[in-house]
Amino acid sequence: MAALHITDIKKRYQALQALGGVSLAIEEGEFFGLLGPNGAGKTTLISIIAGLNRADSGNVTIHGHDVVSDYRAARMKLGVVPQELVFDPFFTVRETLRMQSGYFGLKNNDKWIDEVMANLDLTGKADTNMRALSGGMKRRVLVAQALVHKPPVIVLDEPTAGVDVELRQTLWKFIGRLNREGHTIVLTTHYLEEAQALCNRIAMLKSGKVVALDSTEGLIRHISGSQLVLRLKHGSLPDGLKPLVSHPAELADGNQYTLRVTDYTQVEPILAALREAGVALDDMQLQQADLEDVFIQIMGGAQ
Amino acid sequence: MTGFQTLFYKEILRFWKVATQTVTAPILTALLYLLIFGHVLQDHVQVYPGVQYTGFLVPGLVMMSVLQNAFANSSSSLIQSKITGNLVFVLLTPLSHWELFAGYVLAAVVRGLIVGAGVFVVTVWFGHLDFVAPLWILVFALMGAAILATLGLIAGIWAEKFDQLAAFQNFLIVPLTFLAGVFYSIHSLPPFWQAVSHFNPFFYMIDGFRYGFFGQSDVNPLTSLGIVGVFLVVLATLAVRMLRSGYKLRAGSH
Repeated sequence: MAALHITDIKKRYQALQALGGVSLAIEEGEFFGLLGPNGAGKTTLISIIAGLNRADSGNVTIHGHDVVSDYRAARMKLGVVPQELVFDPFFTVRETLRMQSGYFGLKNNDKWIDEVMANLDLTGKADTNMRALSGGMKRRVLVAQALVHKPPVIVLDEPTAGVDVELRQTLWKFIGRLNREGHTIVLTTHYLEEAQALCNRIAMLKSGKVVALDSTEGLIRHISGSQLVLRLKHGSLPDGLKPLVSHPAELADGNQYTLRVTDYTQVEPILAALREAGVALDDMQLQQADLEDVFIQIMGGAQ
Repeated sequence: MTGFQTLFYKEILRFWKVATQTVTAPILTALLYLLIFGHVLQDHVQVYPGVQYTGFLVPGLVMMSVLQNAFANSSSSLIQSKITGNLVFVLLTPLSHWELFAGYVLAAVVRGLIVGAGVFVVTVWFGHLDFVAPLWILVFALMGAAILATLGLIAGIWAEKFDQLAAFQNFLIVPLTFLAGVFYSIHSLPPFWQAVSHFNPFFYMIDGFRYGFFGQSDVNPLTSLGIVGVFLVVLATLAVRMLRSGYKLRAGSH
């Protein structure tokens, strides 16, 4: 049974088709990335999963519980860190966390609350009013609130937008630990290097549709391949290699060419072709594509 | 604690932390009404035979405070949470629509009753009161508070901005309370306005409440109880339906 099963979710806001039939199955224990440009539908999808929004059609189950018809059981299994930095100005950090815990029917949860606070470096602020906290500290509380009931599925909607390096490291250390302990993590972020480092599988969303879905390495390997950058000492690029050049402008000027290669075995024939043509190399680099290249390629291609 | 108990406790704590504004201030306001109106009208108006005006005024002011504060609590809590965005913390939880309804309404009832009790304690010394039927006092105070708490919940869900809520309060709640016979008996009104007053549900809450003190009222208290009861059931049904559908709380809900 998938931790999160999303089946053909459609959502329209008047003229805008926010989600045009999204289906995803996220297995238990995955660290799953949900990427896409602003307006792609990521937050709408998360809101539907969390019951903050209702889909026009389709359904979502969390550990087998439908988020509409069986919402109580579904929400017990889900922790959501919202994108907006919201807080209740009436209460201290500890009161906030105790109450969030109580909403889930948990009594005597102080041991876990203390542990969550310690892991997010909040212990020193436990009795501080929410209003008196810095933005970064409020963000930590927001994360802690999502975790008070130890949900098996944790959704983080751009948790690191505008936060400093220290919090990012603290957060990923703790979330990484939870993931290793079996919690399923769903992350949306604009920091692609973060997604590349953390997620084992990624879906890319564009205009309300899934345009790519694969393991992180798979996406990088299959979609983009690698790049071989050649700088020639003299001579010009043999005609046989010109179709591999990824930036046509390079053919017109200069002596540096970026060639697309799918794997290392292609390198030797390229060098052989250069030798045959009597072209000498000044410099050569083999660059691995990263998630950003994949992202740009997919978002540019899938119109 | 269960989810409902937590929400109830949170709502109590929310107003208690700012009790100067939510409890003390309305008690002082009611005391001022009593001093001013009592002083001006004491020797000029006799509403019921054998009942002095100040004595008549005390239950009216107590009930007015109960009603207005019950409304203020649920409505301001909802609108503040909506506008600051922290309502999401409640919406993400497994709390059912019944629990949400009970949590918000009961906490608002408690605030209404605390303020009402406070007003009673500071004003009771100014006029002679009998306690002819204490059970009626309690029943009408509870039902009146529950009705206004529910109206506050509905207004808080419906309003998207503070000024919409203020309009609801200033153009509906305040006139209906003031015109419900807090300061006068409707028998002192011309027949037309007497008839109009019978369409104001707030009138029955105050009239029934006052009956508990004096054993005299403009309308039979059983009739008032029936009307107030029906009004409560209708409003509660509406509020629970709004919460169940997610109307204006969960985007895209109908």
